Amino acid sequence: MNSTSVQPFTFLLLLLVGIAAPLLFPDYSNQIAVLWLMIIFALTWDIIGGQMGYNSLGNIFFFGAGMYISAIIQIGLFYDVGMYTSAARTTHIVFTNEQYFTGLLLGVAAAGVASAMLAVVIGLIVFGLRGPYFAIGTLGVAVAAAELIASWEWVGAASGISLPVFPGQPQSQKLFFYVLLFGLAFSLLLFLRWLYSTNFGLAINAIRDDEEKAEAMGLHTGRYKRSALIIAALFLGTAGAIFGNMTGFIEPRDIAFPTTTFNIFMVLMVLLGGKGTLWGPVVGAVIFHVIKEVTWTYFLGWQFVALGLLIVIIVVYFQQGIVGWLMEKYPERFGVQIAPKQGPSASGNIGLAVHPKAAE
Amino acid sequence: MNQIIGNISLLGAAPIFNLGLLIDGLLIGSIFALAAYGLALVWGVMNVKNLAQGDFIMIGGYLTWYLGRLGIHPLFGVPVAFVVLWGIGWVIYRTVISKVIARDLFTSLLATFGVAIVIQQGLNIAFGPDTQSAQADLPTWEFADGMITVTATRLIGFAFAAILAVVVILFMKNSRMGQAIRATAQDARAARVLGIDTEKVYSFTFSLNAGICGAAGALVAVVWNVQPFLGTTYSIRLFVVVTTAGFGNMPGVIAAGFGMGVFEQFGGFIFGAQFQQALIVVLLLIVLAVRQLQQLRVRQAVQ
Repeated sequence: MNSTSVQPFTFLLLLLVGIAAPLLFPDYSNQIAVLWLMIIFALTWDIIGGQMGYNSLGNIFFFGAGMYISAIIQIGLFYDVGMYTSAARTTHIVFTNEQYFTGLLLGVAAAGVASAMLAVVIGLIVFGLRGPYFAIGTLGVAVAAAELIASWEWVGAASGISLPVFPGQPQSQKLFFYVLLFGLAFSLLLFLRWLYSTNFGLAINAIRDDEEKAEAMGLHTGRYKRSALIIAALFLGTAGAIFGNMTGFIEPRDIAFPTTTFNIFMVLMVLLGGKGTLWGPVVGAVIFHVIKEVTWTYFLGWQFVALGLLIVIIVVYFQQGIVGWLMEKYPERFGVQIAPKQGPSASGNIGLAVHPKAAE
Repeated sequence: MNQIIGNISLLGAAPIFNLGLLIDGLLIGSIFALAAYGLALVWGVMNVKNLAQGDFIMIGGYLTWYLGRLGIHPLFGVPVAFVVLWGIGWVIYRTVISKVIARDLFTSLLATFGVAIVIQQGLNIAFGPDTQSAQADLPTWEFADGMITVTATRLIGFAFAAILAVVVILFMKNSRMGQAIRATAQDARAARVLGIDTEKVYSFTFSLNAGICGAAGALVAVVWNVQPFLGTTYSIRLFVVVTTAGFGNMPGVIAAGFGMGVFEQFGGFIFGAQFQQALIVVLLLIVLAVRQLQQLRVRQAVQ
């Protein structure tokens, strides 16, 4: 089985699973939608953290930013945002069908674009930082955003905003947002598969391996780094806008900028699956999410202690991840894919595993 | 906005307020300086950035508060917290830090972040999410017609911090172990060649840092208050302090610790207490941005 046959097959399988899952398990469609969100998280984190080697702890910033931008646009198109947030606590404000869907469409689109623009600004601030300073700096951006929004009355401060309610049955609401998140995750996966096979993929891998050298070879590293962040921010912002509408209520510390939950999950999922690979984040996200959903209920009250221990265990004992481990174990399986201009998935940090014969 | 301008003009109109805030800031800054010294020590010697630093402080604080509830005067909590945290630090070194010390820096950062989450949630489960503070029943002195108040607890906290700092600095300068630690910080490989057991040095340094944090936490519980999730704020504060000064520059770290205390007092007065956390994080971003501009000029790879 070589890469040319296995890849389209896997994508087709994933597409089938994505379509069949909510039909087979309608009760769990929200959880499965969150699973697709987790896959988006893991994949976008891997662009910066895995493929480019910049370990960020603040990607959640774009998620929350998208969420708030979309909310402001959805409400601001028809009402005054400040009045809405103060009135929403006492009265229920109704949006017509048309208002809801135009608002949602414009809101989600604007969230993606505005997050990408924010990425340009943030990129200018953080990309001069290296190593742990970059991690701390990006974490600082996310925490600062949460704190500032939590004290900004206009957008509801710490008590958050209730978004317009979906016009229709709860069942169709679930399905609607499921389709949006699944579509986003699937197109992200296809997009990244293409992206990592281009020169752009090679360039950000070069930045990971040795940034100084890459620069000396004539790569405009700054431009590549900013572009990578913009791509991640575009998808994260869109996902944030969709997820905000899915939950129907947004709030700065625990939903929009959850630095200790989603933000850490994305790093963990990628480390668990194997960073710097296309499928690693997907595998990691699926396993992590299933384990989390199953055990969370049994660890009630202790779930975050378990999370902390999980971080320590994954980081200390199992850092190459599942796909990374498979690559080390069966290099010839993946060796085929490392052939030039074939598949992007094995261009990860296990480049040593290239089998000379297989690479030809 | 008006309130902020009002507060600034109040500072201008009554200069004596400035003095009060300055004294308070310096007294509190002594605790920051102490804990930042520990962070800089671990950073310099082991090249590990300990994100659980603030949570060590919180453990120390909760120990002291708990002793206070049992009827033991909270100032006895300082040595107790030092010893207990020393033990906890040793255990964490053995189980986690020693495994990641040779890996890349993000690994140790993430591992200590995991430790921080465990500690936070553990404290939350054990003591609940409420803010607690140890009552020391010590007097408050007033000067200049009540314009300046100095509480005895803050003064005693300052004295304790100063004594501990002097002891630690003398220890680092003169004792055999202190010399070994400094040698390891300069060049771990050379130290090993010359017969220093660097593994022992590392575990000692990390335990010492945890102990210092414990003592600082005991003082925090007396002077201020403790809450399970405040630890992160302390970690960020200490990171700001050490990054500003540079971890090799111990007098700078201590000075920056005092500066942090003063900054927070003035910031809290001008902007109001609800912006306290945001202010610290924004300060972190400013410090990192300035550092980055400096690096841009030097143009060299920074670890």
